[in-house]
Amino acid sequence: MSNVKCQMSNLSREEVRHIAKLARLKLTEEEVEKFQQQLSEVLNYMRVLNDVETKDIEPTAQVTGLENVFREDEVSPSLEPQQVLSGAPAREGNLFKTGVVLEK
Amino acid sequence: MKLYQLTINQAKEGLKKKKFSVKELVNSCLEQIKNLNPKLNAFITVCEEEALREAKKKDLEVKKSRNLEIFEKFPLFGIPVAVKDLFCTQGIKTTAGSKVLENYIPVYDATVIKRLKQAGAIIIGKANCDAWGHGSSGENSDFGPTKNPFDETRVPGGSSSGSAVAVATGMGLAATGTDTGGSIRLPAAFCGVVGLKPTYGRVSRFGVIAMASSLDSIGHFTKSVEDSAIFLGVTAGNDPLDATTSPLAVPSYLKNLKRKIEGIKIGLIEEYFDRGMDKKIESQTIRAVKKLEKRGAKIINISLPHSKHAVATYYIIQPAEVSSNLGRFDGIRYGFTRDKFGAEAKRRIMLGTYTLSSGYYEAYYLKAMKVRTLIKKDFEEAFRKVQVIVAPVSPSLPFKFGEKTENPLQMYLSDIFTISANLAGIPSLALPIGFVDDLPIGIQILGPQFSEELLFQVGWVYEKE
Repeated sequence: MSNVKCQMSNLSREEVRHIAKLARLKLTEEEVEKFQQQLSEVLNYMRVLNDVETKDIEPTAQVTGLENVFREDEVSPSLEPQQVLSGAPAREGNLFKTGVVLEK
Repeated sequence: MKLYQLTINQAKEGLKKKKFSVKELVNSCLEQIKNLNPKLNAFITVCEEEALREAKKKDLEVKKSRNLEIFEKFPLFGIPVAVKDLFCTQGIKTTAGSKVLENYIPVYDATVIKRLKQAGAIIIGKANCDAWGHGSSGENSDFGPTKNPFDETRVPGGSSSGSAVAVATGMGLAATGTDTGGSIRLPAAFCGVVGLKPTYGRVSRFGVIAMASSLDSIGHFTKSVEDSAIFLGVTAGNDPLDATTSPLAVPSYLKNLKRKIEGIKIGLIEEYFDRGMDKKIESQTIRAVKKLEKRGAKIINISLPHSKHAVATYYIIQPAEVSSNLGRFDGIRYGFTRDKFGAEAKRRIMLGTYTLSSGYYEAYYLKAMKVRTLIKKDFEEAFRKVQVIVAPVSPSLPFKFGEKTENPLQMYLSDIFTISANLAGIPSLALPIGFVDDLPIGIQILGPQFSEELLFQVGWVYEKE
């Protein structure tokens, strides 16, 4: 699929709102407008990559060359529940308390 | 000479000879903080109480130590170190420069912090930085910008802004930093100190709040090349808690530090000099290279043909990884909710979410990962011809506050000379080389992966010239 290219992309307000929703960010109307312009500019700059021939080039996801780093499956000390919960804004006993995710 | 002006090495000598106590050394840095921090805003948290308690303990140990073997055993014994607020410190607030973590108190130490403590270092405070490490100027901190000590109307460089300023002004003798695209080297150059971005995987990332996981390098700021070598000797090495750390043995960086560099081949990147660099920075860089030539180095022109695509490649890969890493901040287990993210974090999360989303992944993210391969190959090609490469750190002088904040793309282009090293995973040592218009400038020495020892040797020769 090396023919897929970055298009001249001026994001619409709708697209900006959609991306924000995917990222769980709440934006004000001013932010939507600002990001629409700023993100479009950055994305358009990315089009310089269209000039690079990458047919048959393997992608690089990491540079260490390390593969399958294993360790023995041994039990070792871990944090106490009290420590783990020490930063939680809401808790119940030894549990994190969250808002409702699934409505009835 | 004031105690806060000492290098690590000088401070150790002074402590050994009992010219001063650990407490006096720590107090000297604390005094600097009290005098300068209200203006410069280099620290988010100052650990006065903890540092003085630690100093007292250390002074007792000196008293008890018969032949002062503690200084051999603990390479950073009694040395006050500033810590970028991206490193988790047990019991000490760690904000990442963001209001999202304004109330976060870690229950464990980052591996690097653990190692620094084990080596005898004393944490003097948590240094200001661009929130989450996002920025080239320090202006993106949710706790206010850090100022450049050489000109308070200008930026100190970012994202490790407070760390660089702390070392430049003696508010700590050294400081930790992180470098994902230049966040150690740029502030080092803008503040006139030595900054090391080690090879990816040389130093553990465990407990350091993640920015872009395939690019994040954990390094430090010091006043001299020798100090940088001492510090890396402490922080480098395999960590079972970070599977990307290398199993390669850590050499003794000090052992061959003062080796001559006669006959060594140094590369100059042709493309960097064609690309709108400040003329004065260009001529100072050439002057610095000539110094190395005088000491027997051979200067060879090399080409990195894909370097012009580095910024675009980086600003696809990095925000993609950012959007993934910042996904975990939900305000349920610790910290505040996502409403507290600042503008730049939101921008990067949005960019990354977009380029990773279905329909765009191949055009942006996959394409960028392929160009990354080509950028890495350029370096491999170059390092067949030369042993190290010398380049300027920044194409421009430290800029004024507000100059680039409204134009994110212009801000991103500040990283034009630094980000290739992160894409290729290679180390780079930033060195101060003097001043242009009374503002510090720096060069960087780049080498193949795990060539830190060589970078220190070249850096040491330059420093002595």
